[in-house]
Order: sequence, then C-alpha cells, then structure tokens
Amino acid sequence: MSASLDGVKVVELASEHAALAGKMLGDLGADVVVVEPPGGHASRAYGPFADDVDDPERSLWWWYYNTSKRGVVLDLTSAQGREQFRRLVAEADIVLEGETPGALDALDLGRVALRAEHERLIWVTVTPFGSNGTRALDPATDLTLLAGGGLAWSCGYDDHSLPPVRGGGNQAFHIGSTWAVMGALTAVLARDVTGRGQHVDVSMHAACNVTTEMGSYGYLAGHETVLRQTGRHAMPTISMPTQMRCADGRYVTTGFPPRSQRDFESLVEWIETLGYRDEFPETMLLDLAVERGGVSIAELATDDLARDIFGAGREALNFIAERIPAHDFFIGGQTRGLACGVVASPDEAFETEHIKARRFQVEIAHEELGRSVRYPGAPFLMSASPWRITRRAPHVGEHDAEILNER
Amino acid sequence: MGALSHVRICDLSGQLAGAGATRYLAAVGAQVIRVEDPVNQGAWDIVRGAGPFVDDRRGIEFGSGFNNHNVEKLGVTLNLRTERGKQLLRDLVAVSDVITENFAAGVMARMGFSYDELRAIKPDIVYVSNSGFGAWGPNSSFKTWGPIVQAVSGLTFSSGLPDQPPAGWGYSYMDHMGADIMAVAILAGLVHRNRTGEGQWIDMSCTEAGTTLVGPDLLDYTVNGRPLRRDGQPDSNHSHAPVRVPHAIYPSEGDDNWVAIACRDDDDWKRMAKVIDEPWATDPRNDTLAERLAVQDALDARIAEWTRARDRFAVAESLRAAGVPASVVARPEERIDHDPATSEWGLWPTAHHREMGDVRVDGIPLHFSDTDWVIERGGPCLGEHTRQVLSELLGLGDAEIDQLAQDGVT
Repeated sequence: MSASLDGVKVVELASEHAALAGKMLGDLGADVVVVEPPGGHASRAYGPFADDVDDPERSLWWWYYNTSKRGVVLDLTSAQGREQFRRLVAEADIVLEGETPGALDALDLGRVALRAEHERLIWVTVTPFGSNGTRALDPATDLTLLAGGGLAWSCGYDDHSLPPVRGGGNQAFHIGSTWAVMGALTAVLARDVTGRGQHVDVSMHAACNVTTEMGSYGYLAGHETVLRQTGRHAMPTISMPTQMRCADGRYVTTGFPPRSQRDFESLVEWIETLGYRDEFPETMLLDLAVERGGVSIAELATDDLARDIFGAGREALNFIAERIPAHDFFIGGQTRGLACGVVASPDEAFETEHIKARRFQVEIAHEELGRSVRYPGAPFLMSASPWRITRRAPHVGEHDAEILNER
Repeated sequence: MGALSHVRICDLSGQLAGAGATRYLAAVGAQVIRVEDPVNQGAWDIVRGAGPFVDDRRGIEFGSGFNNHNVEKLGVTLNLRTERGKQLLRDLVAVSDVITENFAAGVMARMGFSYDELRAIKPDIVYVSNSGFGAWGPNSSFKTWGPIVQAVSGLTFSSGLPDQPPAGWGYSYMDHMGADIMAVAILAGLVHRNRTGEGQWIDMSCTEAGTTLVGPDLLDYTVNGRPLRRDGQPDSNHSHAPVRVPHAIYPSEGDDNWVAIACRDDDDWKRMAKVIDEPWATDPRNDTLAERLAVQDALDARIAEWTRARDRFAVAESLRAAGVPASVVARPEERIDHDPATSEWGLWPTAHHREMGDVRVDGIPLHFSDTDWVIERGGPCLGEHTRQVLSELLGLGDAEIDQLAQDGVT
C-alpha cells in the first residue's frame, strides 16, 4: 500500500524543535534525510539511554524523534559540506529546520537565497519566536516557552504556594512540530495549485499561546483570568475537584459531569449496585435529574436547580471514586456510559488490550542490538495510505554514502 | 486566495477537539460548512452557550469558546432524524472533498453515514473521524473529554511535582493537540487524494494520539523495562532528559508571581551566576552539571530566595540579556496585551460575530510567505448560512428552502 507522502523529499536539519515534525513527515511516507553535524546532533546526548549506556547511538530521545528518517553527516562550516547541503536542497520539496534566525545566512545557506533558486521549494522554520521580530533571538527552552506561552499558568495545584507546573514530555516542541506539519502539508497542497513553494514560519511561542483553551479566549472575550486548580481546568473561579484519589491510592478523573437523563439513570444504578443509596446524601437530586430529563449547560447560567443537580452528579462520582480502586472506577463508569478516566502512567497507558487490538504497539527492528523494540505507532489509522514507522532512527552518518551518491 | 481555497469540508465536528481542526483549515481558505442540529439548537457542542461571555446576554449564540473555535466557517442546520435532512447531507457530501466528525464511535454509522455509505455518494471523499478511543477495539464505546484523554494516555501522569497528586493539564490540552493532529490527518488524506485520486477513512483515536506525545519516556519502559510510576516521579519542572540544573519555576516578588529559569549547560549557569553575583552562586564548586545536580535542592532554594526578593520581569530580562533562557510565568493579560512577540505576530485577530460583534480570538501560529491565513468572520450563528449554502451550493429555490424550515428539516 502506498503512503500519503510518497515521493515527497524532505531535508531536515537536526534540531530539538522540529525533530517530531520530521518524524511525522517520515512516518507519513516522506523521504526524510536528517542532516547532522560531525559527531552527531546534540540531542543524541539526551537520555534516557538504551540499557542505561550513555552512547550517541542509544539515546531514546534520538530513537523516538527520528524514526523513518535516513541520516547524513554534513559539516556546514566547510565549503564541501555547504555544497553537499545545497545539492540536497536542490532535490528537496521541503526543508525543515529549527536554527536560530540568521544562523544559516551566516553560512551562506540562507532561506531567502535558496528559495530564490528553487521556486517550488517549501521551507519550514520552527523557532521559539518566529523568524523575525523583537524577540526572535531570545534564548528559550521547552520550560521557558511553556511558562511564557501561558500553559504553565494554567497547570498546577489548588495550593498556590506550590509553583505552576510544566507539563511533561517536551510539549512546546510537540506543539511547534505539529503546527509545522500542518503548515508544510498546507504548503504542499497550495503548491499543487500555484506551482510555487513558500516559507512557513512557525513560532513555538505563538503556538503555545493558542494552545491554552480558556486561558486565552476567556481573557480575549470576557477579560477573565483563569486560576490553576489541581488536576482540572483552570477557571476564573474555584471549581469542585474532579480528580479523586481512589481506594488504592491511584487517581481517576471524573472529567465532565453527567448531564443527560441516561447519565443520571446510570449513576443511580451504580450507586445502588454498590449499596450506597442511603449513604450518599444527594441521591434525591439524582432522582430529580432523571425525572426532569437531565440538565443542559446552557441552563446552568439561569436555573438554580439545574446547578444543584449538576453539582450532585459531580459529587456522586467523587463519592464512588473514594470507595473503589481506580481501574474499577474507570471500567465501572465507562461501561455505564459515564465519561471518566484513570490517571495512567505512559507505560500503563501503553499496556492495554485496547491498544494492542488496534496495533498501536509497533515492533521496530534494532538489529544493531540484536532485538526489536516496541514503539507507539500511528496517531490515526488511514485506510488507504497508512502512517507507518518504516525504520529505526539512523546512526551517525549511516546513510552518507547512499545519500551523497544518489544526488 | 487562501492556500486551500480549492477545498470544501462538510464538517459535523464540534467542541474543540474537532472544531479546532477545521478552524485552521478555514483560516487558510478552505470552505468549511459546519452542520448542526436544529432540534437541540446545536447544543451537542457544549461550548455553544457556555461562558465566558462578552456581555450580559446568554444563550446558544453567546458562547465565546464556540465563537473562537469556529471562526471563518459557514453554519447550516440539518435535522438528520428526517430523510430529507439526510438527503441534504448526502448532497453536501457529494460536493465536498472532506467530511469530518468527532462524535462518539459508531454514531455516524447509526445515522446511515458509515464510510461505505459516504464513498457510495462521493468515491474519493476523505472521511476523518476523531473519537476518544477510535472507531473499534474493546474500549471504543468509552466516552471522553479532553481531561479523560489526557488521563488515560499518560499525559496527566507526566505533569506534576514529587509527592503531590498529578497536576495534569489545566485545560483540554488534548482537545488542542487532538484537533491539530486531526488537521494533519485531513491534510495527509488530501495530499494522497491529489496524487492518486483515492479517498479513504481516517480513524483517529485521540488517546493514541496523546500517547504519541510521551514517546521518549515510554521507550524507557519498552527498552529498559523501567516503570514510570516510581518514587520522586513525576518531577516535570526539573529536567531529567536532558539533565539540566538549575531548571525550575521559582517564586518572585508579589502574589502568585513566578519565573521559569532553564540553564542548558555550564556556560548558561556561569552567566546566571554572574547576574546573581553572590558568593553562593559564583562558587566554583557549582561549575559542573554533576556538582549542581548533587546539590539541586539546595541550589533551587538559594535561587528561590534570590528571585523571591525581585520583580519577575526584571529577573527574566536580566537573565535573557545574559543569554540564559528565562521567562515569567505569564498571566493571560501579560502575554496577550503586553508581549511584543504576540502583537507583532498578529496573534489575536478581531473577528466579527453577527450577535456578539467584534471579538478578539486566537490567531494562527504560522505565517505563510505567499498564502497567509485570514481570520475576520466569527463563528456562525445557528443556521446563519443555511439559505446561502442550500441555494448557492445545492441549487435550491427560495420557496423550497422556506418549506424545509417549515417542515423542521433545517
């Protein structure tokens, strides 16, 4: 079966910022060549490492973000390396890079000049603050981007003597990279019509700023400032807890509370099955909810009783959560049609029958270590042109010969 | 001309996880026709009538989240309980490139719009569905919202301080990222169709999409067998991979004021120590990462003492001027109204909504040198463009359109 981006050639300059974007394009079928400096890119020094052996070929960071790519080492400080880079660019549909603005110009490999030579070339930059502007050269990392971009303000605990929290997992790069792929594919589709490539300028800071849900639109529309709250939405006012510690010490989130008549019927049935009808103080409100056919969000602003019922639904879920183990709560709720979730660690999230059934666990050969490794697979299943990890991340300079000879 | 002016999307998606995907495509020129249910006044989309509000008016036309998530779309109403409504949807699909939805798994098929039925109408249709657990599999009937997807995918767990409950994400991060990844799916489907003439069904499980965002940590488990639930974890304000010290969010002068500081290497630390210019900082015993890591807690305490006595903007500026990554933990007002990086970008465009008037909304964090995005029109009122779409696109006459409204079809 063919892949979505068959025949699309991408030259990626290895970076933290755009590595996930390159992986996504490669997994979608593009021929991605990742260009590293002599000795390999700095992120090969990032752990954790396979078997905890600190080695540039064993960085799990590098492994994860560089699947489906071939690798070439070019010394862009040498005339020969620059010439080789120009030859790669001449054959490419997309250049993807996360260099500091101006850095490539200093090497005489500037975007403007190279784009002028290649009309169809799409050039995607993923930088902290965009390719120009007052703050373009400000130093930044994942942490400072999530702090300045508004995410950290919304994440943390009810107790505001504790600091706001950075969401884990390099998400500023993930946000920027995902937007980079959206931009790159948009430019490919536009080129189908116009015949011309263009520059796609991604600002990770801008991307974070528009990845805050009500943090931004609450202020833009209502001049409201959200306040961080433990394990739930930051809101202008303090809301009821939705994340509960279960009987086994693990956590569940009850997420969005019941609204429909059927939700309330399920809730009453669950409480009765567990034998808590008399113990839970608000059972009457739940019965009332069933009678009136549930509540709608729009009613909450104007109808006091609807508000009480809505609150009772939430309290009922919390009440149950405190009395049974987390996984039982998750399954018990969901099989009754009640939206809820167990707070799983990434490995727990990965080891579920559901994920196995959907073949989300993908075995990738690491023949150099004599084994294969399970990776998270496709974020979406395409019936005609599937997303597929085609190869493990390249070793330093692994494809030098074939890449430099074929162009 | 927008980049995607040649693309039409029949959009049954909503909330943010779906609406956010087509919002982007509309901003880059696609004609997005959002189809809503006239019977329950579009209330399936919970943000349609939800606050915050621009003024005292309430109801389904006044949800600012709905306005934000649906800019540049056309809004039509179709009662899909009626055969005539279903036929009109079929007629829309027949002239569309893409159909999108984020109902619970199985809803489309029950309404008579499975992929097989859709491609019988339009053979090269790109059908993209986004649900919590995907269209099939043991848990496919489970219902989710953003916070639930975050919990079950590993993202909530990965965000927190040691010895505290999970902090998670203070909003629906996976509604944003789910929407963005859904947009990637739509675009990839269109690229494939343009190359081959072939349509397809793209089944997105938002939970699986979430788990792709915790990759390196997950490999630590699949490769090294190391469970991620262990003492001292998560500890997401510190940087474990790569190891960086100091790296945290520190208190500063005033109430609930914070500043994030990240030293990438020994040179960053030396520059920071020079800015602090106190013996405990410039002490050469802190010169190497290994030494700083060994005294991380004590060093954090010292830095916090230093930052607590200072204005966070001044701290961040003095460190950045020295080349050290630092930023205030920005409040909404600070990053929206007082940050040159967002204003120069044009990140907060004003969109005109028929009832709410002019309202600022999220912009797009990309700029295209040739075919840039445009956001001028606010989210559609319920059925605002029904007449226009039925007339211009499907060729219905005024009398017929009036009759459809009378019959409860639109």
